[in-house]
Amino acid sequence: MSQDQTQTPLVELRDISIAFGGIKAVDHVSVDLHPGEVVGLLGHNGAGKSTLIKCLSGAYRKDEGEIRINGAPVEINNPRDARAYNIETIYQTLALADNLDAAANLFLGRELVTALGTVDDVQMEAETRKIMGRLNPNFRKFKDPVSALSGGQRQSVAIARAVYFNARILIMDEPTAALGPQETRMVAELIQELKRQGLGIFLIDHDVHAVKALCDRAAVMKNGQLVGVVKVDEVSEDDILAMIIAGKKPEHLAA
Amino acid sequence: MSDSTPNSTVAPKSDVSALSRFIRATELDTRLLGMAGALVLIWVGFHYYGLFVNGYGAFLTPRNLWNLSVQTASIGIMATGMVLVIVTRNIDLSVGSILGFAATVMGVIQVYGLPQILGLGHPLIWIITGLCGMAVGGLIGALHGWLIGYLRIPAFIVTLGGLLVWRGAAFLVARGETISPVDPTFALLGGGPHGAIGATGSWIVGLLGCAGLVALILNGRRQRKKFLFPLRPVWAEYLLAGGGCALIIGAVLLVNAYPWPKGIVAQYAAARGIEVPEGGLFISHGFAIPVLILIGVAMVMTFISTRTRFGRYVYAMGGNPEAAELAGINTRAMTVKLFALMGTLAGLSAIVASARLNSATNSLGELDELYVIASAVIGGTSLAGGVGTIYGAILGALVMQSLQTGMVLIGFDAAVQKIVVGAVLVLAVYIDTLYRRGRK
Repeated sequence: MSQDQTQTPLVELRDISIAFGGIKAVDHVSVDLHPGEVVGLLGHNGAGKSTLIKCLSGAYRKDEGEIRINGAPVEINNPRDARAYNIETIYQTLALADNLDAAANLFLGRELVTALGTVDDVQMEAETRKIMGRLNPNFRKFKDPVSALSGGQRQSVAIARAVYFNARILIMDEPTAALGPQETRMVAELIQELKRQGLGIFLIDHDVHAVKALCDRAAVMKNGQLVGVVKVDEVSEDDILAMIIAGKKPEHLAA
Repeated sequence: MSDSTPNSTVAPKSDVSALSRFIRATELDTRLLGMAGALVLIWVGFHYYGLFVNGYGAFLTPRNLWNLSVQTASIGIMATGMVLVIVTRNIDLSVGSILGFAATVMGVIQVYGLPQILGLGHPLIWIITGLCGMAVGGLIGALHGWLIGYLRIPAFIVTLGGLLVWRGAAFLVARGETISPVDPTFALLGGGPHGAIGATGSWIVGLLGCAGLVALILNGRRQRKKFLFPLRPVWAEYLLAGGGCALIIGAVLLVNAYPWPKGIVAQYAAARGIEVPEGGLFISHGFAIPVLILIGVAMVMTFISTRTRFGRYVYAMGGNPEAAELAGINTRAMTVKLFALMGTLAGLSAIVASARLNSATNSLGELDELYVIASAVIGGTSLAGGVGTIYGAILGALVMQSLQTGMVLIGFDAAVQKIVVGAVLVLAVYIDTLYRRGRK
């Protein structure tokens, strides 16, 4: 299934299952991800994409299965564990504390501290100004709580948080859902740049067109099960749509 | 990710009034100014009501304001912790009962326990007793925090249970008796003529305060310069430093203008063999020790809430609990620590309250939880979580206490006092809601 069988995948999700109150949200799903690769996760609402990925980001604990990073089995029981493996996540909800400013959100849980152990707000604001200068040069509202920011600005704070800490594995859950066309383009460019830097990216998206443009491979899920993983260059948008809707691989790919 | 709205820090509108220019330049919190204004109104109002209706304005006198400061201490100390509890979307209804329980435990320790071991009046008694009181409060708080954080019982229920449990436990500890008198050194922590630091001490505290304020302003400016952030105008810095120092020195002059009562002076003079002159001896009270404790607590709590990771996480949990969890914050352990801190502060308040009464009773601190919560809320803490300041809570406590004291001075009876305090609480929260809506 993977594009380069000779190389150890960056991430392997093997036979992951998780159930909520008897309902199998994710049912024995296996997906892998290589460095410099973007894997799209597709499916209807409730197909289990976000749930699967939350097992990797530490938000949920899987019931069964194994997660391997660089070939080694790892236990990810909470978001702290995931961060320790350089897994960063941009959640669909953005997961920002609305009452704090951009810098406090960017460094939440990983504050820069002074020699005395106190939070170094000035240093953090300076770092935030630096990275925002790269990601979103028009961003100025460094002193305001993020509740005062626009959707695009909030998104850029969430992205900055994922990018700043040298992620090796990036999970993006519908990163462009709340964005306008111009901002969506900036996210696409960012994904290309991160890919060149060798990050592995899981991209959850509803837009088949975007997945086709941005991803190397697409994994399609339905009702908690994996329908199949395809290389996007080898299939048409209609093929992918068929997989999402019908829940099975088209005849000509089923080999 | 475009941002077309004008930058709020760089491009001021041209039609701003002098007041808003002043506020922007000094970066003072407008809520703080509003509360200070309300406080001044309350003070002046009570004073002149007394002057015109009763023929004597008793409020704006050194004696009353000194007493007001002492009476605010116990509630104020707990209010600084309650702010953080409410900021995390929790509540602590048990602080008054923890206070009562800690006070009776301390009463037993210092009256029946330690004197037998160390001897009556031993200088270590007050220290050991005080530490025990804070430890008892802290442990109870930690237990509550564990029930809330790890067993996921709502804070309202856990602390409502705690309100009953610890009040009952306080009764059992002392079998319902009043334990009195407390250790003489311990009693100083409650204030009174001897529990105050006198004129010279107050000047030292005041000047240290001024020096600290100037150092803070200078340091802030240096930090901003280092990172090329926008600076406050120099006149605004001078104004802040000058205004702050004037307030501190005003407070020193005030507490030094309140002399010891004649009887105490006579005792003091007799004990020292001093001749009391014709017009009486003028011995200043100076700052009361409980007030200094409150100031110390306020500084420590402000430091914790704004300069430490703990404080940062408290606000993050209040703003978005899920985001805090996803950011890797151990929110359960945070809850335990936070309630332990609240309990410790209740223990400290128990020291101040029982020392002030020179006795410990199981009913000490009854209804305090309501005044503490009201202080925090009047001080701008949002019950929706995420918003609240330490200084706001202390101002809130001062407002509550001013209302009560003022009504006593002008002769309102207890029933009317309750009605007014209750109505003011609701009104204050309504005004705050309007204010927040206006800013959105």
